[in-house]
Amino acid sequence: MAAPHGAWIDRSRPLRFDFNGVEVKGFAGDTVASALLAQGIVHVGRSFKLHRPRGIFSCGLEEPTGLVDIGAGRYRTPNTRATDIAAADGMTTNTGNVWPSLAVDLAAINSKFAAMMPAGFYYKTFMWPDWHLFEPAIRRMAGLGVAADGPDPDRYDEVSQQVEVLVIGAGAAGMQAAMSAAQSGRQVLLLESGPHPGGWLASQSLRGEANSQQRLDELTRQVAAAGVQLRANCTALGLYDHQLAVALETVDDGTVRERLWKIRAERIVLATGAIERPMLFPDNDRPGVMLASAVERYATHFGVACGKRVVISTSCDSGYDVAASLNAAGIELAAIVDFRETSARDAPPGVKVFRGSSIVAVSGSRAIKGVTVAANRGGKSESIAVDCVASAGGWTPAVNLYSMAVGKLRWVEDLSMFVPDPPLKGIESVGACAGAFELELALEHADVIGRGNAMPAPVGGLGIVPARNTPTLAALATLGRRSGKIFVDLQNDVSADDVELAARENYRSVEHLKRYTTMGMATDQGKTSNINALVLMGELTERKPAEVGTTKFRPPVKPVTLNALAAGRTGERYRPLKRMPGHAWHETHGGLFEEFGGWLRPAAYCQNSEEIITAAEREALHVRTHVGIFEGSPLGKIEVYGPDAATFLDLMYVGTMSTLAIGQARYGLLLREDGVIFDDGIVARLGEQHFWVNTTSGGVDRVALAFEEWQQCEYINHRVLITPVTSSWGNVTVSGPKAWKLLAAAGFDESLAPPNMKHMTMRELEYGGVQIRVMRASFSGELGYEINLPALHTQSLLERLGEVGREFDAKPYGIEALMVLRTEKGFLHLGADTDGTTLPGDVGMDRGIAKKAANFVGRRSLLRPVALDADRMQLVGLLPVDRTSRLPTGAHIVTKTPPAPIDGFVTSSAYSGVLGMPVALAMLKRGFARIGETVTLYHLGRTLQVEVVKTPFFDPKGGRLEG
Amino acid sequence: MMQLQCPWCGRRPENEFHCGGTTSIVRPPIDCSDEVWGNYLFFRENPKGLHAERWRHTFGCGQWFNIVRDTVTHEVSAVYGITEAQPRAVEP
Repeated sequence: MAAPHGAWIDRSRPLRFDFNGVEVKGFAGDTVASALLAQGIVHVGRSFKLHRPRGIFSCGLEEPTGLVDIGAGRYRTPNTRATDIAAADGMTTNTGNVWPSLAVDLAAINSKFAAMMPAGFYYKTFMWPDWHLFEPAIRRMAGLGVAADGPDPDRYDEVSQQVEVLVIGAGAAGMQAAMSAAQSGRQVLLLESGPHPGGWLASQSLRGEANSQQRLDELTRQVAAAGVQLRANCTALGLYDHQLAVALETVDDGTVRERLWKIRAERIVLATGAIERPMLFPDNDRPGVMLASAVERYATHFGVACGKRVVISTSCDSGYDVAASLNAAGIELAAIVDFRETSARDAPPGVKVFRGSSIVAVSGSRAIKGVTVAANRGGKSESIAVDCVASAGGWTPAVNLYSMAVGKLRWVEDLSMFVPDPPLKGIESVGACAGAFELELALEHADVIGRGNAMPAPVGGLGIVPARNTPTLAALATLGRRSGKIFVDLQNDVSADDVELAARENYRSVEHLKRYTTMGMATDQGKTSNINALVLMGELTERKPAEVGTTKFRPPVKPVTLNALAAGRTGERYRPLKRMPGHAWHETHGGLFEEFGGWLRPAAYCQNSEEIITAAEREALHVRTHVGIFEGSPLGKIEVYGPDAATFLDLMYVGTMSTLAIGQARYGLLLREDGVIFDDGIVARLGEQHFWVNTTSGGVDRVALAFEEWQQCEYINHRVLITPVTSSWGNVTVSGPKAWKLLAAAGFDESLAPPNMKHMTMRELEYGGVQIRVMRASFSGELGYEINLPALHTQSLLERLGEVGREFDAKPYGIEALMVLRTEKGFLHLGADTDGTTLPGDVGMDRGIAKKAANFVGRRSLLRPVALDADRMQLVGLLPVDRTSRLPTGAHIVTKTPPAPIDGFVTSSAYSGVLGMPVALAMLKRGFARIGETVTLYHLGRTLQVEVVKTPFFDPKGGRLEG
Repeated sequence: MMQLQCPWCGRRPENEFHCGGTTSIVRPPIDCSDEVWGNYLFFRENPKGLHAERWRHTFGCGQWFNIVRDTVTHEVSAVYGITEAQPRAVEP
């Protein structure tokens, strides 16, 4: 249509885009749907199951059939609503599930067999011999769009916002509520899912007599003057606990594609309007059958005539409003077919009204050619030539958000609709979504609610009377032939017959109906179909729709791309890995980085094309023969201070820490209250009231959390300060027989030399003007120094040791080599050798518990019958009988050929270069008593004889600790 | 996502907190029976309605505190210190 029709489009800015290879012309402001309709393209897709031709049905996010894929390649977004997507110059749009093309869809043969494909058809027919034989082919035939072929290159972001009052929906009631709230001094945010505010006022602006344009202009001016923040193109997707709304904004300024808003409001006013329900008649899915409100909106907002000659099929007075709008737009009206005998409003002059009548047939397949009308009580039928049916079957308040907030719904019989009742704490509904359809009453109500006062919603209006809107049998009989399928759910191809079948087969609950027929599923979630299906089911089972009930509404209100929810947290940003302070040094030394407990650490330093495992064995042997440099900065570090620090640690650890002398260190196990080992590490005493606690690299957060919980919630009179300091301190570990030689050459104080500093002690001293803390400890069994220093000096210490170390052939070693070294020594690795059942006695670390006074965490649990069970698995060493076969981690220790209960399993395994044979640790039933036995390992169908031995495998006397 | 009132930091979103479950459970002495200890370790009420529970403002002040929360509506009817008694008015 020519200007002035089309208030939302800018005729000075034409655009072109591609639809299935056809060039479509439109203007800025057009949606994909409005541009297609303007060009006369009514057939835009094929249905999900039967592949029937389908067209644009609505003018909003409730669209069931006008689904298109937009973009190409990695940019492709499938199944977007053509009615909800702004047309953009140069964009690509495609119909999803057609093959080979929209016009010639071979799968359309399905619709010829429609009678043989009722609800539950797939489940009933493809049961034998196995559904999985048929599934791939059926999945290809069904389904909608095509997914992108790679990661989405578009950008998305996320913003949190706090407001006093959030109003969702900028129709008349929403604008009124927002304005009234703002005028009473509140900070107000008003969301509108469309590009412009106004709702029904805007879509009825063609009708001069209603003055709706003047009223809209006035409201718009007042809303702005009151200081309301209006955000258009922003759809509320869900409501969550404590008035949190999540909304998605479509952004067109080129910065990001979509922006996710997380809005916390003191008060939320829902003004989401209502969704029109279609009339039900045979072949009511043909392209050209549309919601009446949509036909009106295309004319008003976009200047598009959806047909040259339109018939209105209605069961409420809003059909007459649409007739008035179309008349004002100059669109020819063939007739109004009113299901009722009377109406409160008149048809435009000269337009014929069929009262008490229904459409009983539609002719045309990919476009409508005409309809047949008959009286509900029977009699003669009449054919009318039309190319568009505007269908007005009543209104469904959009209660999704209210329902998501766990609001209850009340069925209003005489209006045949569910309305929210009662209001929720902090969440109220105004306007059509509350069931208030009379404009003046709705505005008055919105004003009261906006100001923060209570008032029941003025439910009613629009002359919505009959719940049932299907032609009677008498009317259908006038055809004299079998009538076509009456579609209830257009998106899922669910017909009235399917609902009837579900009722007959006793799938009467609404949840069963949904799952049996697929009614209300997929992208539109039954926005236009649910109530019609409920009413039908109610009639068939002689129940009121309230008794049938509604399915639970869940977020999101409309489909949302996963990337919009991820909002940039993809790839490495999904879970950023921590980098050690010496990261760059490892890079220059060829470190192969892998993730260990959230840290990026060198697994090994591979030479040439060496495998990791080979490198690890070489590095481990080098530590045994020379000296190795290792960065242990991720090692968990917690400082514990206070007059009660020592007694507090006694309560935390299996071992006793209060007997440590200053400068001494001791290894300890931490238990959960159920006795299971949950962390381990060394504790050193730096002062009378000051302890240095090392934890595992991955466990420091939970250890600090546990300490805090015990201190704050149980041992409340212990004066202790717990400070996690992991990232403040770097840790450089030097291990090997030449470790002290290297440190001495690097200028470390003589007081650290092995005779002067004992194993398991810690010293604070100055080195190069920096305060450092050096611990003599060893996870390798060799002479070892752990040098803790301020993180920012870690890199320079590594560089210095690397340079000085050339003389001693010092080499870096990685995590994998460390694992070889500690396995040779039989040292426990938490999470590898232990699991969620391991108690201290299982790993031989329950010595001294009996003599300890403190009731440490988990102590009582070690006396439970399960802890005292003689059959518990215990940590032992394994050696292959042939001394050459490697022992796979995870291999089972068996007594019978599997499947059978197992006796144990391998927890750690390595090839020991220094011993020249593979070694392993295992959990074995009654293991401590079985040293010397030969047992059978089973792994992936192969068996292997292994010997149960004591650990450590290497240097059992520990003489090498002194270098 | 709920919004909780930290006694020290004010109203903050739930994901700054860590829930510690039912609060004020008395830890039995070491010489208690297996049954008493088992109940302490493994058995919890799961009320539909008011529930006294403890939370820690982990990504904030790090402090533990108690609340009384309705498990159906998520309404928080009391916030009180970890060593304080549950306010009488909101005893489940």
